[in-house]
Amino acid sequence: MINRLKDGLKKSREGFLGQFTGLFRGSLLDEDFWESMEEILIQADVGICATTKISNELRGLAKKLNIKDPEELKELFKKEIVKLLTINNDNLVDGGYLNLLLFVGVNGVGKTTTIAKMAHKFINSGEKVIFAAADTFRAAAIEQLQEWGSRLGVDVIKHQRGGDPAAVVFDAINAANTRKADIILVDTAGRLHTNVNLMEELKKIKRVAKNELSKGLVKTVLVMDATTGQNGILQAKLFNEALNLDAIILTKLDGTAKGGIVIAIEEELKIPIWFVGVGEKPDDLQNFDPQVFVEALFE
Amino acid sequence: MFESLSTKLQNIFSKLKTYGRLNEKQVEEVLREIKLALLEADVNFKVVKSFIAKVKERAVGVEVMKSLTPAQQIIKIVNEELIDLMGGAPGKITFAPKSPTIYMLVGLQGSGKTTSAAKLANYLKTMGKKPFLIAADIYRPAAIDQLESLGKELSVSVYSDRKSNKCEEIVRSGIKQGIAKGSDTIIIDTAGRLHIDDEMMDELENVKRAVRPHQILLVVDAMTGQDAVNIAVSFRDKLDFDGLILTKLDGDARGGAALSIRAVTGKSIKLVSLSEKIDSLQIFYPERMASRILGMGDVLTLIEKAEATINKEEAASLMERIQKQEFTLNDFLAQMQQIKSMGSFDQVLGMLPKLPGSSKNAFSGVDEERIKRVEAIIKSMTQEERKDPKTMNGNRRLRVAKGSGTTTSEVNRLLKQFSETKKMMKQFSNLGSRAKISRKISPFFNF
Ligand SMILES: Nc1nc2c(ncn2[C@@H]2O[C@H](COP(=O)(O)OP(=O)(O)OP(=O)(O)O)[C@@H](O)[C@H]2O)c(=O)[nH]1
Ligand SMILES: [Mg+2]
Repeated sequence: MINRLKDGLKKSREGFLGQFTGLFRGSLLDEDFWESMEEILIQADVGICATTKISNELRGLAKKLNIKDPEELKELFKKEIVKLLTINNDNLVDGGYLNLLLFVGVNGVGKTTTIAKMAHKFINSGEKVIFAAADTFRAAAIEQLQEWGSRLGVDVIKHQRGGDPAAVVFDAINAANTRKADIILVDTAGRLHTNVNLMEELKKIKRVAKNELSKGLVKTVLVMDATTGQNGILQAKLFNEALNLDAIILTKLDGTAKGGIVIAIEEELKIPIWFVGVGEKPDDLQNFDPQVFVEALFE
Repeated sequence: MFESLSTKLQNIFSKLKTYGRLNEKQVEEVLREIKLALLEADVNFKVVKSFIAKVKERAVGVEVMKSLTPAQQIIKIVNEELIDLMGGAPGKITFAPKSPTIYMLVGLQGSGKTTSAAKLANYLKTMGKKPFLIAADIYRPAAIDQLESLGKELSVSVYSDRKSNKCEEIVRSGIKQGIAKGSDTIIIDTAGRLHIDDEMMDELENVKRAVRPHQILLVVDAMTGQDAVNIAVSFRDKLDFDGLILTKLDGDARGGAALSIRAVTGKSIKLVSLSEKIDSLQIFYPERMASRILGMGDVLTLIEKAEATINKEEAASLMERIQKQEFTLNDFLAQMQQIKSMGSFDQVLGMLPKLPGSSKNAFSGVDEERIKRVEAIIKSMTQEERKDPKTMNGNRRLRVAKGSGTTTSEVNRLLKQFSETKKMMKQFSNLGSRAKISRKISPFFNF
C-alpha cells in the first residue's frame, strides 16, 4: 500500500522533488535556500500562511541546533510537517451500534465515489452498510449512488429528486434499524461553503441524525479534492463552523496535484485526515499516514 | 486571516507624503503585497514571478497621476497588465463556417463538464441556435442519466448509447443523429480524466481526429490551485484545445488558475459559470476577473466613476472641512447623495471590494431604502443639530424619529455611525498630506 501511494505521488512529484533534492544537495544555508524552500511549498498549494510558519520554525531550529548541513535540515523539515499532520485519529465507527457518516463537500470533489470506497472497506471488514441518497438536488445523483449500491450490494434509501434530504436520512435510520445495519453512509449534494441556505440544509440533516442516534455515533466527513488551491482553507473552515467536522478525506491524489492544502488546513484546524483517494475504483482508498505522505513528498 | 490588499497598501502609503515619480523602493514594497495577493489567489508561482517583473519594469519611474495616490497608480498598472494577460477582450463563442458547429468539452474529474454542457446548450438556445447533446462519458456511474435528465429539462435532445463502450463510435453516431435532427450546434460531453492517464487521453485524441470539433473547451474548476498549469499544458499538448470554461465562480475562490492557464498556454477563457442554475453561463470579462483576483472589487471603475461624478471644488472644500474637523451631518448627507448619483446603489456596492474572507463589503446590508431613511432623518433635523449632533438629546431624537417617519433606534444608529465616521476621518486627516486635499475622490473610497 505504501508503495502504491509512493508510486502515485512519485509520478506527480518529479518536478517538485527534483527541486528539493537539488535544493538539499547544496551546502550553504543562505537566504536563497530558504526562499526556494518557501517557493516549493507555495507551489504545492501549502499557501503563504502555513509556508511562512513552517519556514520560520525551521529557521529557528536551524539556528538553535546550529545545523549547517542541508541533508540534516531535510530530516527536520519532514519531521516538522509530519508533526503538523499527526492528529489523534479515533476509531471511525463504534462497534455494536448504528453509526452514521455524513459526507459533505463542494461540488465534484468525489463525495459519492468516496462513499462507494468506504462501503467497500466496511463490507470487507464484515459490517452491514446502508446508503442514504440525500443528494436530492443534482440530476442523476440518486441513480449514481444506486449504481454503486448495486455494484457493491448495498441497499439505497432514496426519495424523489427534489425531496427533503433530512427526510431521506430519517428514513435511512429507520431502515437501518430494522435491517440491523451497522453503518449508514449519507451522500449529500455538492455545495459551495458560501451558500448559507445550503449549509443550513446540512445542519438540519445533522440535527435529524443526532436526534435519532446518540451523539458520538454521527460523524461528519469533509471530502476535499487534492487539486484545490487556497480556497480549500475557507472550505474547511466554513464546513467546520457549520458542522463540526470529524474527519477529512483527500481525493484525487493520483493526479499531479500535491494536496499541500491539507498542510495549511491542519496547521489551523487540526481535523484528522482519515483516508486519501487514489483512483476511481472502490479499492482506491488508502489510509492517510503522515509519515508516508511526507516521505513521498521528499523522495 | 489576511488583511485585504487595499488595507495593506493603504498602510504602506499612509507613510508616504511625496508625489512625483515612483521610486524602486516604493514599487517593490507594493509589489511584494501584490505578489502575496496573487499567490493567495492561486495564480501559479512562476506566472506571478514573471508578472511582477513585468509590472516592476513598467512602474518604476512612472509619474504618478495627480488624481491618484501612488498605491492607486501601481494598482492601475497591475490591473491593466492583468487584463492584458487575460487577453483583453471578453470571451467569445464562435461558430464553424459550415453547420453544425461541434463543441467538445474535456477536463479533469469533477470539474463540471456535464453541467457545463447543459448550460452551454441553454446558452446556445437563447442565441436562437438548435443545440444537440452527446453523452460520451461512458465511465462514471449515471453520467449518461445526468445529461439526459438535464437535456429533458432544457428540451434539448441527447444522444447516448448505453451498450457501446467505444467513445469514438458513440460520438460519430451522435453527430449523425444530431445532423439528421437538424441541429446546428452539437456539444460532446466527455468523461473526466487525469491529464497523466495516457490511455484516457488517447481516447480524446481519437475522438478529436474522428470528428474534428470546431472547438475543444477545457472545463476548469475555479478553485484549482497551483497544479492548474500542469493540467492545462498536458491537455494542450495532447489536444491543442481552443479555450476555457471556468466553473464554480459563485464561491469565494479568487480564480487565479484562470490567469495562470491563459498565461502559460495562451488559450483564452471563453465562458464562466456563476451558479448551479442552468442559465448561469456567462461571457468572460477580463476586467472582472482581474479585480476578483486582486480581491479589490471593481475599485478602479469606481475610482473613475467617482472622479467623473463628484464635483471637484465640492470635494476639495469637503476635504478641507474634514481637516478642520468641521465635518457635519450635512456633509454626510451630501456624501450619500454623491454615492447615489454614481449609479444604481446595487451597482456601486457591487464595485466595492469584498471584505477579506467574506462575501460582503463594508457597505453590505446598506440598501437604497436605508439611505432614503437616513436622508429623511437628517432632513428632519435643524441646521444647528446637523452641525452639532451632540445637542441631540432624547426628546429631540424622538421628535426627529416622528418627523422622519422612522424609529428612535434608527436615529440612534445614524448618530452613532456618524460619530464613528467622523472619528475615522479624523484619523485620515491626521495623515495630513497636502496631496490628500487635492485628491478628487470621496474619502469613502480611499485606499
Ligand atoms: N482520479 C480520481 N478521480 C476521482 C477520485 N475520487 C472521485 N473521482 C472522480 O471524480 C468525479 C466526481 O466524483 P463524484 O463522486 O461524483 O463527486 P461528488 O462530490 O459526489 O460530486 P457532486 O455530487 O456532483 O458534487 C468522478 O468522475 C469520480 O470518478 C480519486 O480519488 N481520483
Ligand atoms: Mg455526488
